[in-house]
Amino acid sequence: MKFTLSWLKSYLDTDADLNTISETLTAIGLEVEEIVDPTEDLKPFVIAKIEKAEQHPNADKLRVCTVNNGTEIIQVVCGAPNAKTGLFGAFAPSGCTIPTNGLKLKPSNIRGVDSNGMMCSERELGLGDDHDGIIELPNNAPIGTSFAEYAGLNDPTIEIAITPNHQDALGVYGVARDLAAAGIGTLIEPDISKVPGKFESPITVNIENRQACPVFAGRYIRGVKNGPSPEWMQRRLISLGMKPISALVDITNFMTHDYGRPLHVFDADNIAGNFTVRLSKSGEKLLALDEKEHIFDDEMCVISDDKAINSIGGVMGGAGSGTYDDTTNVFLECAWFDPIRTAMTGRKLGIESDARYRFERGVDPATVLDGIEIATRLIIDMCGGEPSEVTLAGEVPVVSKTITMRPERVRELGGVDIAKSEIIDILIRLGFKVTDNGETLDVTSPSWRCDIDREPDLVEEVLRIHGYDKIVGEPLPKSSRDIVTGLSPMQKRIRMAKRQAAACGLREAVTWSFIPSSQAQIFADLKPELILDNPVSSDLDAMRPNLLPNLITAASRNNDRGIKNVALFEAGNQFSSDEPDGQDFVISGIRRGQKHERHWQKNPEDVNVYDAKADAISILKAIGVNADNAQVVAEAPSWYHPGRGGVIRLGPKNVMAYFGEIHPTTLKKLDVKGPLVGFEIMLGNIPLPRPKRGNSRGPLKSSDFQSVERDFAFVVTKDLAAEQLVKVISSVDKKLIDNISVFDIYQGAGIDDDKKSIAVNVRLQPVDKTMTDDEIEAFRQNVIATVTKKTGGILR
Amino acid sequence: MQDLQSLETEITANLAAATDVDGVETIRIAELGKKGRVSLLMRELGKMTPEEKKEFGPKLNQLKNTLNDAVLSRKDTLEEETLNIKLQSESVDISLSSAREDSGSIHPITQVIDEVTEIFTEMGFSVAEGPEIEEDFYNFTALNIPEEHPARQMHDTFYFPEDDEGKRKVLRTHASPMQIRTMLEGEPPYRIIAPGRTYRNDSDATHTPMFHQVEALVIDKNIHMGHLKWCIEEFCKKFYERDDIEIRFRPSYFPFTEPSAEVDIGCSFKDGEVLIGEGDDWLEIMGCGMVNERVLENVNLDPKEYQGFAFGLGLDRAAMLKWGIPDLRDFFAADLRWLKHYGFQALDIPSLSTRTSTIKGSK
Repeated sequence: MKFTLSWLKSYLDTDADLNTISETLTAIGLEVEEIVDPTEDLKPFVIAKIEKAEQHPNADKLRVCTVNNGTEIIQVVCGAPNAKTGLFGAFAPSGCTIPTNGLKLKPSNIRGVDSNGMMCSERELGLGDDHDGIIELPNNAPIGTSFAEYAGLNDPTIEIAITPNHQDALGVYGVARDLAAAGIGTLIEPDISKVPGKFESPITVNIENRQACPVFAGRYIRGVKNGPSPEWMQRRLISLGMKPISALVDITNFMTHDYGRPLHVFDADNIAGNFTVRLSKSGEKLLALDEKEHIFDDEMCVISDDKAINSIGGVMGGAGSGTYDDTTNVFLECAWFDPIRTAMTGRKLGIESDARYRFERGVDPATVLDGIEIATRLIIDMCGGEPSEVTLAGEVPVVSKTITMRPERVRELGGVDIAKSEIIDILIRLGFKVTDNGETLDVTSPSWRCDIDREPDLVEEVLRIHGYDKIVGEPLPKSSRDIVTGLSPMQKRIRMAKRQAAACGLREAVTWSFIPSSQAQIFADLKPELILDNPVSSDLDAMRPNLLPNLITAASRNNDRGIKNVALFEAGNQFSSDEPDGQDFVISGIRRGQKHERHWQKNPEDVNVYDAKADAISILKAIGVNADNAQVVAEAPSWYHPGRGGVIRLGPKNVMAYFGEIHPTTLKKLDVKGPLVGFEIMLGNIPLPRPKRGNSRGPLKSSDFQSVERDFAFVVTKDLAAEQLVKVISSVDKKLIDNISVFDIYQGAGIDDDKKSIAVNVRLQPVDKTMTDDEIEAFRQNVIATVTKKTGGILR
Repeated sequence: MQDLQSLETEITANLAAATDVDGVETIRIAELGKKGRVSLLMRELGKMTPEEKKEFGPKLNQLKNTLNDAVLSRKDTLEEETLNIKLQSESVDISLSSAREDSGSIHPITQVIDEVTEIFTEMGFSVAEGPEIEEDFYNFTALNIPEEHPARQMHDTFYFPEDDEGKRKVLRTHASPMQIRTMLEGEPPYRIIAPGRTYRNDSDATHTPMFHQVEALVIDKNIHMGHLKWCIEEFCKKFYERDDIEIRFRPSYFPFTEPSAEVDIGCSFKDGEVLIGEGDDWLEIMGCGMVNERVLENVNLDPKEYQGFAFGLGLDRAAMLKWGIPDLRDFFAADLRWLKHYGFQALDIPSLSTRTSTIKGSK
């Protein structure tokens, strides 16, 4: 919503300055977004007289002017054809900036003649398009005074944001009304007296659907002469950024923004018979004023004559019955359309108009009868003609509500103590009717406040006029019941997982939750319920089934920027269905390139599956997973290298994590170059620890007896997982064995092609006595026998 | 008998001239060994008269002790010199470093969520979470935004296809659905925050189709706008780590709150940067209000018994303001240069005890 200060003052008698008005607007909920005050820009421009204009000695088209700016005589070279002796105009001195083109004026020499400043054209000052000559003012214009002031240009434009409940302020009049209630001046009422009708309207209106259009006031005006609207009206429309068209069109636009009252003017000569307001029939069409053909369904409110639809109620008129320069007889429509239906119609047809914007928020129904008189007066004043009687169909709907208000609710809900008398006073100033019943008030809302629904709305009204700045902060009271606070175990786990991933050297990224469906397909079957109907762009159409693709493609983008070694992770949801339980919280990471930069001490290695595994294990450990209980098997999903990927799971079904080198085909489909490894940890699948009793960690059980280490090398089948061998050995004596580590894997000379050698170190820690040589040997033999029995492995 | 004084001088000089430990040992054996000159002199003591013994005995003993000390001392010195020479030869260029991986980092969004969480949990809130693919009911209807409401159009909603019943799910346009889920699932009173991803179909210099919000909800029997204002003031002071922050409430409108307010924070705009807590300008940071009676009724609460407030804060913008991050779009680009510059150390876990603060009156 935009208006100039002078426009506002046409409805508000006030001494308040611009700053006070602006601060009050924001304080009462009409937030000022911008104030453009041309006064500053136009300050240097003064009225000046060309005392003498002579031909330039060296240029045919230039004149050398002697200009009187009221304080001095200045020489100006001017190219305008109308620069002549005795002309009064707008003078721009050297040093000032022309507002429309940003040109800074400097003293200059034009073809051998000094020139200081310039005489301005209308276009240069933003007054119009005229650039053929300089501005000519009457001979009585006061030399040396501000041109802006003289021409009425020192009128700031104020733009305010209107929240959806403030339909009452969608006209300048409404803004003035609210300011007056806030104590900034007195509201100036427009002349709404009836314009006497000279005859009965030859066009009548019949409303078929009273729900869609409860009331329609019409008036025939014959013998009008359309032409440009007066300058004051044009100037106001221009201040809104609208283009003046003709008086009849400008009046409707003006009424919309001035009185908040959209209305429509039909060319009566293009109306066949009478008007019917009805619901459209499916398939009916109208070429509207937006020059588009709109096709209706069977629920839109339309205004139709005996032959065809002429207008979309509350949304837009038809092109065929609009007014043009040759229009001589008009029919003026001032109606009220149902907000919901208007909104739905506008949305379905894709029409955004000033009328729709207002009707769908709720136009003051009282302006049906007032508005038609104001508009009639404007038409007759500007275009002449003879008005008919008003033809009225239907009844003005009542949108006012009476609400019982407990005055103490202002304190209870708003937190501010305001006396009952002041509450009543504020409500009355806002146009509410108040009956004081002692304990409670009966408050009836004015016709322009259809948003008022319940008691809290009244509390807000009182608060906003009293001032939100009077609300004083008060510490939160204790909860009326003990409630759980802080992070849940899962939330703590997520926090730990992220911090550990960062500690592992991965950088956290946050990427879109939607990805190209072509990429989603690599990781899961596409599900229609996970494809967006209206993606922000066609390549961000699918909810991601996996976090890896975004990280993998990010690695590639970073690589393109010359960062070859990439280590990233993300923690977020991936989607397997559109249900809440189809949203899984996952932490995933990737590494691309080499483990580190080239280094003087050691050559960098390519990242490999073990790096991804190490990341996954280290995060699992950080969130309290006992990795010893987990199975690690080479059964990674299809996007991993089939021989270099794995699953970390609890039991056969509960997958905690995947890790591995990314499958070359996956990389190719994502157009990314490896080596690239990744992991995924399904945080939701990992059981939370059982709640402990107390925080005690129990005593440390350490042994002072000497530990014993023994090395073994077993020749086993090539596909035996080292982890398997470790598990078999550890099963020999769980109490005694403290640690087993694999320190060598060998394939080659001396070992059959289908075999490999695994060397392990086993550390034993007795707890009750030192082991004898015999006991150690017995243990050794037991290990060898168990390994042979369970894996077929032979001691080397 | 040789003059003891000159003997001591001679041997001491020899020791000083020895260049290694072996040389010292040779001298020790030659002088103090069984057949050494000093030992021989000791042996001669037996042949002396008691008077002579009395005179020479202590002198000889002292000579022996002095020389023994001199030998040990010379050995220590030489050993130290040898070690020093060895260590000197072992010196390396310590300006070099071992091969290390680059460090990791935490994204500013995680950091801001952790900070906000820290501040509100300390005030007695818990943290709620919910689905990003949301039902129309939770995202709109229950929040008093009916189908035809103009506010729906301000949301630029992402839609999924219609299901068999003609219903369409949406990507949640705000974190407010968590109000509804919390109130439908639990029992009052409620004190929660709900941080998370939110989505609107909007993409330009200052909007991204995905962004982050935190919703806060307090419902109890006696909560009013003064509590709301205090809560926001406390949050801003702790989050921006300044006690002189000014907060302004302006009347506004949200379908799910009544009365509603927008919150501005005092700031100044200097050279394209926003400085919080300084200057005369205002910057809008969030919307808030008292939960609308209709919303309470939608979740089966009696507005006569329970009331409270809710607010929603843009987390991305809060991060941008706090840490001077200029462009929102960069948040989601996974550009390592950006992550390195704006990221946080793994161990930089926000905590109220480590933040900057001043106690009023101590300035």
